[in-house]
Amino acid sequence: MDGEKPHSPRAEAFRRLRRNKTAVAGLAIIVLFLAMALFAPSLAPHDPLEQSLYAKLKPPVWQRGGSWTHVLGTDDFGRDLLSRLIYGARISMVVGVVSVSIALFFGTLAGSTAGFYGGLLDNAVMRLMDLLLAFPSILLAIVIVAFLGPSLQNAMIAIGVVSIPRYARLVRGSVLEEYAKDYVQAARALGASDARLIFVHILPNCLAPLIVQTTLGFASAILEAAALSFLGLGAQPPTPEWGAMLANGRALILRAWWAVTFPGLMILFSVLGFNLLGDGLRDALDPRLRE
Amino acid sequence: MVSFVLRRILTLIPTVFGISVLVFLMIHLVPGDPAEMMLGERASEQALQELRRELGLDQPLHVQYGLFVSRLVRGDLGRALRTNEKITTEIAERFPATVELSLAAMVFAVSLGMLAGVISATRQYSIFDYSSMLFSLVGVSMPIFWLGLILMIIFSLNLGWLPLSGRLSYNVHIQAITGLHLIDSLLTANWQGFRDALWHIVMPAFTLSTIPMAIIARITRSSMLEVLRQDYIRTAKAKGLPPRLVHYKHALKNALIPIVTVIGLQFGILLGGAILTETIFAWPGIGLWLLNAVYARDFNAVQGGTMLIATTFVTINMIVDILYAWINPRIKVS
Repeated sequence: MDGEKPHSPRAEAFRRLRRNKTAVAGLAIIVLFLAMALFAPSLAPHDPLEQSLYAKLKPPVWQRGGSWTHVLGTDDFGRDLLSRLIYGARISMVVGVVSVSIALFFGTLAGSTAGFYGGLLDNAVMRLMDLLLAFPSILLAIVIVAFLGPSLQNAMIAIGVVSIPRYARLVRGSVLEEYAKDYVQAARALGASDARLIFVHILPNCLAPLIVQTTLGFASAILEAAALSFLGLGAQPPTPEWGAMLANGRALILRAWWAVTFPGLMILFSVLGFNLLGDGLRDALDPRLRE
Repeated sequence: MVSFVLRRILTLIPTVFGISVLVFLMIHLVPGDPAEMMLGERASEQALQELRRELGLDQPLHVQYGLFVSRLVRGDLGRALRTNEKITTEIAERFPATVELSLAAMVFAVSLGMLAGVISATRQYSIFDYSSMLFSLVGVSMPIFWLGLILMIIFSLNLGWLPLSGRLSYNVHIQAITGLHLIDSLLTANWQGFRDALWHIVMPAFTLSTIPMAIIARITRSSMLEVLRQDYIRTAKAKGLPPRLVHYKHALKNALIPIVTVIGLQFGILLGGAILTETIFAWPGIGLWLLNAVYARDFNAVQGGTMLIATTFVTINMIVDILYAWINPRIKVS
């Protein structure tokens, strides 16, 4: 200690996070994509759905035949690629929020009740979670969408459902650990209800691993949603979703490399951002893993 | 050990039972009438009735499940809508292609991943360490369906080094023994076939290997770093043994246990990733087949394929668990 006041655990975690270069880089990438999503209408030079017969398959500006009107070129309908990529950030961020929320809500509920009540309920819930984990996650998501019908909404549901077990296991483990501690027993002796014990006393102390998992969950949700859309099972044309744009670009692979390259880069960087932040948060929030 | 293996095999039974219930119930996720979804709106009432009877949809739920299981046990998954072939035959024809692709991907992932991890750990904080860790971060964030397309653009369309897609050239034939082209062509000394099969598999296998490779590189590095700090390593170095010997013989051996676990876990990722990779490279495996069944709304085939992949997946996990206990006897205690 260099003469400073002792830090609170939260301040200490925040300080470690700021020092962690990967986390800061991840956060910067995420902020960039968030800004893109929020301000898409003012950032995008064109309407993402506007077609033009005269501007089909224009290359990016730095290539012969390219122009500043369409900086990253156009697709086979003459739609401006840059504008579609910017609007795509909106869709991916929404996908992340919705599917992570589904997984977080049901996972936390299942995990905390299972860990808190134990016994038969615990067994039943956790066996169901094991069962969901008996499928490779992308396969399960594909199959769920196959039966529900292909749409972005169903893709988000499928991805959410598929990742419930990750949260449930995590929360159950932490709840079991916390439940045995004296402060919980003290609160119980004071007459706190089960719900109060779980949500006010136990869960806030399990937050650290949950925050890490949620951040990493955004990464996998964006990646899986793009995969489903690429396979034609998620967002449907003409929605400017990155995976769906790649599927369209795949047909143009001989004529328009830009229609394949840029949507993939967007997926890669947005997923990378959340993975970087998740890694950094793990280092900052979990002192046990600190070197 | 024997009782552990038996117990572990026994736990497979409730799991497979659970999978069958889940897969069975999936058809009831379909909004509306599955038979109508499968045959289209213009199908005759008679054809619909027939399909419903065939799928057992006109029976009460528990009877339906009974039918489903009795067919599963007999190895009868019904016929595929598109081809009217037996689903089991179609799956059996395509399964070796997926196995070959996954194994080839695993070879890439394990060899390159472990090599990068070991070098990173022995030269911690060097340029190589930083760049390989950066690559592995990018690797786990990679949309592999995009990587596949980019590799195609570079190596097939621009450089012309590798074939664009498929598993073999149309004029090449390999006599089937195991169903794995690379092995069969070696067994029959079919060098032209071997070369052709190899050239076709390189790109898809590399694409499929990226995520496992990145994960294996990371775990190898951290596991090696932990071992390298231990006293016996310092002793070995102090004895004057060459660093290479210390790293690869003394350290790697003890760093292996977490690495082996992670490698086992990757098979599941491979099975999932195979669906995407096979789609991109028109690789005639089970993933592409399943996806085509999805597109054709052949729910019967989707259920059969899912059942098979999930069962394979849990069986592999079981084998990994057993191998793990064999390598590390301490695990059996818990």
